[in-house]
Amino acid sequence: MLSVPCPWCGPRDETEFKYGGQAHVAYPSDPAALSDAEWASYLFLRDNPKGWFAERWFHSAGCRRWFDVVRHTVTYEFAPGVTP
Amino acid sequence: MTDFLWADPEPERGYDVVVIGAGGHGLATAYYLARNHGITNVAVLERGWLAGGNMARNTTIIRSNYLWDASAAIYEHSLKLWEGLSDELDYDILFSQRGVLNLAHSLPDVREGIRRVNANRLNGVDAEWLTPAEVKKLVPIINTSQELRYPVMGATFQPRAGIAKHDYVAWAYARAAHRLGVHLIQNCEVTGFLRDGDRVRGVVTSRGTIEADRVALCAAGHTSVLASELGFRLPLASHPLQALVSELLEQVLDTVVMSNAIHVYVSQAHKGELVMGAGVDAYNGYGQRGSFHVIESQMAAAVELFPIFARAHVLRTWAGIVDVSPDASPVLGLTPVENVFVNCGWGTGGFKATPGAGWVYADTIAHGRPHPLAAPFALDRFTTGALVDEHGAAAVAH
Amino acid sequence: MSQAFRRAAGGRIDRSRTLNFHFDGRAFEAHPGDTLSSALLAHGVRVVARGPYTGRPRGTYGIGAEEPNAFVQVDSGPGEPMVRATTLEVYDGLVARSLAGRGELSDEPDHSRYDKTWAHCDVLVVGAGPAGLAAAHAAAVTGARVILADERPEPGGELLAGRAHLDGRPAMDWVRDVHARLTGLPEVRVLTRTTVTGFYDGNFLVAVQRRTDHLGADAPAHVARQRLWHIRAARVVLATGAHERPILFPDNDRPGIMLAAAAAGYAWRYGVLPGRRAVVAGAHDGALWAAVDLFDAGVELAAVLDVRRLPEGQVHRALRDRGVAVSAGHGVVGTDADADGVLEAAWVAPVDGSPRRVPCDLVATSGGWNPAVHLYSQAGGRPLWSADHAAFVPGDPVPAVSCVGAAAGTFGLADALAEGAEAGWQAGAGTHGGGGEEPLPPATDSVADAGAPAACWLTSDLRPDTVFVDLQRDATLHDVRRAVGAGMTSSEHVKRYTTAGTAADQGRTTGVTTVGVLAGLLGLPVGAVGTTTYRPPYTPISFGLLAGRDRGRLLDPERRTPMHERHEAADAVFENVGQWKRPWYYPRPGEDLDRAVERECRAAREGVAMMDVSTLGKISLSGPDVGEFLDRIYTNRFSTLKVGQCRYGVMCLADGMVFDDGVTARIAPDRWHLTTTTGNAAAVLDWLEEWLQTEWPSLRVSATSVTDQWAAVAVVGPGSREVLRRLAPSLDVSAPAFPFLSVRDATVAGIPARVFRISFTGELSYEINVPAWHGLALWDALLAQGITPYGTETMHVLRAEKGFIVAGQDTDGTVTPHDAGLGWAVSTAKHFIGSRSLARADTARADRKRLVGLLPADPSVVLAEGAQLVVDADAPTPVPMLGHVTSSYRSAALGRSFALALVAGGLTLRGETLYAVDAGRAQPVVVTEPVFYDPEGARRDG
Repeated sequence: MLSVPCPWCGPRDETEFKYGGQAHVAYPSDPAALSDAEWASYLFLRDNPKGWFAERWFHSAGCRRWFDVVRHTVTYEFAPGVTP
Repeated sequence: MTDFLWADPEPERGYDVVVIGAGGHGLATAYYLARNHGITNVAVLERGWLAGGNMARNTTIIRSNYLWDASAAIYEHSLKLWEGLSDELDYDILFSQRGVLNLAHSLPDVREGIRRVNANRLNGVDAEWLTPAEVKKLVPIINTSQELRYPVMGATFQPRAGIAKHDYVAWAYARAAHRLGVHLIQNCEVTGFLRDGDRVRGVVTSRGTIEADRVALCAAGHTSVLASELGFRLPLASHPLQALVSELLEQVLDTVVMSNAIHVYVSQAHKGELVMGAGVDAYNGYGQRGSFHVIESQMAAAVELFPIFARAHVLRTWAGIVDVSPDASPVLGLTPVENVFVNCGWGTGGFKATPGAGWVYADTIAHGRPHPLAAPFALDRFTTGALVDEHGAAAVAH
Repeated sequence: MSQAFRRAAGGRIDRSRTLNFHFDGRAFEAHPGDTLSSALLAHGVRVVARGPYTGRPRGTYGIGAEEPNAFVQVDSGPGEPMVRATTLEVYDGLVARSLAGRGELSDEPDHSRYDKTWAHCDVLVVGAGPAGLAAAHAAAVTGARVILADERPEPGGELLAGRAHLDGRPAMDWVRDVHARLTGLPEVRVLTRTTVTGFYDGNFLVAVQRRTDHLGADAPAHVARQRLWHIRAARVVLATGAHERPILFPDNDRPGIMLAAAAAGYAWRYGVLPGRRAVVAGAHDGALWAAVDLFDAGVELAAVLDVRRLPEGQVHRALRDRGVAVSAGHGVVGTDADADGVLEAAWVAPVDGSPRRVPCDLVATSGGWNPAVHLYSQAGGRPLWSADHAAFVPGDPVPAVSCVGAAAGTFGLADALAEGAEAGWQAGAGTHGGGGEEPLPPATDSVADAGAPAACWLTSDLRPDTVFVDLQRDATLHDVRRAVGAGMTSSEHVKRYTTAGTAADQGRTTGVTTVGVLAGLLGLPVGAVGTTTYRPPYTPISFGLLAGRDRGRLLDPERRTPMHERHEAADAVFENVGQWKRPWYYPRPGEDLDRAVERECRAAREGVAMMDVSTLGKISLSGPDVGEFLDRIYTNRFSTLKVGQCRYGVMCLADGMVFDDGVTARIAPDRWHLTTTTGNAAAVLDWLEEWLQTEWPSLRVSATSVTDQWAAVAVVGPGSREVLRRLAPSLDVSAPAFPFLSVRDATVAGIPARVFRISFTGELSYEINVPAWHGLALWDALLAQGITPYGTETMHVLRAEKGFIVAGQDTDGTVTPHDAGLGWAVSTAKHFIGSRSLARADTARADRKRLVGLLPADPSVVLAEGAQLVVDADAPTPVPMLGHVTSSYRSAALGRSFALALVAGGLTLRGETLYAVDAGRAQPVVVTEPVFYDPEGARRDG
């Protein structure tokens, strides 16, 4: 049961959240202009590091806000300084 | 004294093929490279102890009743190999074809199950649809009361499916590969690659540099890390997948029972312990541990389905790291680097695929082109959109 | 049977009361405070188990959670398999029996109540021995919120033996005082009989509290049997003590062979002699002190052996004062048993010397203490080998966690108390800013060590197949040698090969010993081999407790509409749709599903019928940019929708596959009402919010679920307009005034309502939405009009006759809108989520599986949903499959069966015959358009 640091509500149990995967994968501004490979990269390719990972969480059973955190994928530790 | 299993050699200067990862797939790949293709100058490099990753942590379920043709073909190829594996490797791997039930708990589950049973049969995979009464007859301890919150409404049944002893499978492949001249090198972590244009010349390891004509990635979730060293990306996310075991109990269950809808799967192993798996933890993780609430909800489902389990005890919990692809199907074949091959993304299906994946991967490496069974699992399917979507279509995991 | 081995006095038992219990069919007596092990030892019962494979008799070996042998089946009370006799508190009427390493599951349902609770604290102290009590007390005086948990019935830990003194008084007086002080503080909670079993991420710990197991038939009915604690602690102090480990020798498994401190513990804590004539064999001072304790309890010491050769120390003098000499450099090299397999003599020998036989009924062995590093290890710590301790001790510190006392390798009482107090103070001050005065630990007599412990694993390896490295698994030194001979060098491999350490005790007594033996065989330092990984739970937890109250109907919340009780009263059969309970059909007496559905369908097509559609997901969208937002979400355009109008929409995921569909209405220029399928309501809201928050925050849109705020009834059929005219006299229900795909506010049956003129059946119909608390009144008003209620099955038949899909039934995660026959709703003039994916090579293929209709050649045959479609059913396997049947029904309106299917090539196969294969039987079917009923759409206006 991770304790997820919601920037709005403070640390809350993981069961209140939905996981959103890698952060900073922006929706392309003009998808139609992309090649199939570029579009596939947006759709499917994600970093999967063993270490620090910028990721998204959604406080679905709380404030219902999305936010980014940096978490270590081996120690599961959240980096301090979470901002909305 | 027992048979000798495998040696612990020092790495040599170079090999024809270096397989990265001595899990079940890596060991099977090395074995079939040697046995089927006569390629014996092979090293399997293992970061930790041999078969200590998912091979040591899975719940040992073996089945081939997948929905899509491509999946059914490779898993059924695997199941046929399982059926002869103890003889092939001269090692009793305790392969027990006790049958696997996949329970349906809703009308959509029922439709999906019937769809899969029919697809399986037309693909030559044994499959039956059982009514709740037939489920009860096969596994008397299942609660088939229609008063349950999510009552059992039927089940798919694959009689040839079953379980095997995971460690023995690994050791059997290791011994057979060792006897054919393969080097199994433990405590040897690959930290980088020697590049030569579009090719690699070898690998950099914690035990020095090892040259290689061909490199086969076979490291489950860690394959992402290796690929990023090589400059390409894989559509993988590594997640914890938890499992647990009870104390030894007198035999009460001689069939494997799975329920995707309420996230529980269980078998009773040869010695008598209940072996159970849970759902995948939501977050990315390489920590070989998951969150406790996942175990709690799994146990609630287990006790609901099997009231007799209420008094059993959880002895030990653990987690593997499953490398999940967007369509819950593997990535198996060529990579953007000419002499580097990839086998990963098996998600929860890795153990059951061990012989088939090893066979097909070895053939792909030996000939430098995808084995026909591997072709649908090429990396470029994510570009064309021709996914093999076991996730979306069938929600069949584990 | 008399308690022949019970001492005349002493021990933490209540001799004024007698409890009766049965073991293996024989009647025995015990006193409150006894465990099953202590009570059996009091009667001289030695055999409590058998080896699972060897069948060799086994006796109680330890005194607590470390016990490897004494696992029993409890048949009284709720019953339980594989219960540790050393911690099983005897109650009046206990019935238990011995096992051979394997428990039995009873067929009787477990009616025990298990509950769960959650707690937060500043400081969690695990273990209420001296270090833990000192820590809890020091933390508490800072004002911190403290939880102190201990697995035993009362605090005290090792002090429970009653031999130690603090500040010149019996140490248990100090324990009692501290306990009283702690329980008197408002922010402190002391949990006894509570085992902390797991340490998870974020200082989240799980504990099992046994609340009534010790009470037997006296257990109050209102108290849950066990409680599972989930504790989030800012700081954790681990005062978990240590586990004694044995020294191995041939035939080291005989009943009568015990751990030395455990043997002394029985004598003093329970007032039970574990034997009358003992050989004590050790490798550290603790074993010699155990000999002192045994002697003082009245046990004859036949021999006291120490593998070490030390100059005389304090403990030697203590023994000499009692007339006992220590045989230095000696160990046990074998044992003899009587006819029952119970110990009757030990063979003792100097190192490399010849053995002599010493008759005895107790061998008390102790190779040292293994700090209980389980929770530290689960917290991410890595135990390291310490040559000074001859043990694995906590290595690098883990943030916010302290190990104190024996758990940290600090075995002296004075040092443990000081360490506990310091750690508790730091933890309390760290979370609570300090306050109060730092308490001084009580003073204790100093005990000087005679010498460092020796890392001694075994004193003889003759007959290795009788040197047991795991008693519960019957694993031996021979097995370990075989593993090494097979080429194994990792302790993980050896564990798997030998199974040593995998039993219910998880190798607590001999795990480290096995590592030591392995290191010796490999010629490696012990630290280089390392332990296997410690995993939760520390001690086993029952499945029933983990399930807690989430059983039966509480397994998952049940959602019901406001009209649910009317559906029940009408004898509806319900279908689970997600968490919702929806009426599936309403059988009248004598009707089965088919009959009921046929009647319900006729009512809808020929008269008027109604359905509770309250479960549909409803999302209120507001803001000036909703139209633009919906243009991006839906495949078709919404920004052009006028106020008072509705439109059907399809949404895709980014991969271009159908996600959900539904009707959205524009209520006001900046207010919209979006509906989703029942199962996807939450997922769609999440989806909308994700895009709004993470990609398009500039869009001024807010989204709120109003699913539970509205109850809704679809009134369907040619008679529906007349019903509405009667119930809503002020509403102009004429077709021109209230056209198809429009929405009106109205008063229906006196209830403020929002009425949608939409149709999922092809018939004239209205969906009347009212505030949820009026749902029942609306339903009753409609019932009073004599309208026939129908359920989800009829709804499916009616919509399928019209070729309307159900997302998730006629689609799966591989179906695009074009595949589903919804190409008409896909705009090519704008971008939407998923549009780019539809242009990929595979999604643009012409031969994709597409929605079609099927008419079975035999109109009485209803195809199985999930039947596969093939051209040639007799082709050899693998038979190429073109698709599958997604929906299939018998139609009253058509007078025949029909189906929807996804088929490669879609309507290019129109008119062709395929075969639908189910359960090995092939039915010929003709491919048709998917609209079977009223294809020109004449009926929707009534």
